[in-house]
Amino acid sequence: MVVWTDQERAYIQDIFSKLNYEDAGPKALQRALIVYPWTQRYFASFGNLYNAEAIMSNPKVAAHGVVVLHGLDRAMKNMDDIKNTYAELSVLHSEKLHVDPDNFRLLADCLTIVIASTMGTSFTPEVQAAWQKFLAVVVSALRR
Amino acid sequence: MSLSAKDKLAVKTFFDKVASKAEDIGSEALARTLFVYPQTKTYFSHWADLSPGSPQVKKHGLTVMNGVLSAVELMDDLKGGLLSLSELHAFMLRVDPANFKIINHNLLVVLSMMFPDDFTAEVHVSVDKFLAQVSLALSE
Repeated sequence: MVVWTDQERAYIQDIFSKLNYEDAGPKALQRALIVYPWTQRYFASFGNLYNAEAIMSNPKVAAHGVVVLHGLDRAMKNMDDIKNTYAELSVLHSEKLHVDPDNFRLLADCLTIVIASTMGTSFTPEVQAAWQKFLAVVVSALRR
Repeated sequence: MSLSAKDKLAVKTFFDKVASKAEDIGSEALARTLFVYPQTKTYFSHWADLSPGSPQVKKHGLTVMNGVLSAVELMDDLKGGLLSLSELHAFMLRVDPANFKIINHNLLVVLSMMFPDDFTAEVHVSVDKFLAQVSLALSE
């Protein structure tokens, strides 16, 4: 059972309230595909991923980035029971898509970096700690 | 995995731009390493104050960042150029190699916070590859 302090809940809700899902989601997924190119294998049906420019202008990547963030939004709204909230998503990612769980962490790291770039100095070490704890719980809930 | 000419140019250009903020970058990255990943404090148990603003964190943050900046100059031979730092980290301090990934991640977070327009996806991938090579050189 994950225990959240009131302060952690506040930090995480604050991040989501300031987040532009249509901007951060695509950026995070684009970065993961560019910085960790092996992740592209999971998106073979998305068309042109040949180089950074192609990835950044690919509409399917952008759309999926938004989907990912809405998924995280669900976890934020059910912070005390992320494991069950993600039961179907976990089966999808592990049984159907066969995603190597380490890649969830890589996407999470890219999202952290994108959020850091938009929040600047308000992304303090305390906020970062709460945010990364949240993402770690999400990643753990997604893996088998 | 080695650095392409494009990677080296991206790394050199970016770090030339940010070098003047070395102390801020290094100390912020080290502070976050100690705060967000408390297990890393074990390597600094001889310091009186491990909190983000402490003078020891600031000073050592600058040392770390200066190390990264010298690695930029030594990009064509990281193993040879970083030999003494490698002895220090791998043999004397016995740093668990996983910790290099942690400080690298925090360096990227801080660079992204401080230089959001310059730290593009293309710069990110080259810097990530570069830091991975530096970590490899330091942990062997």
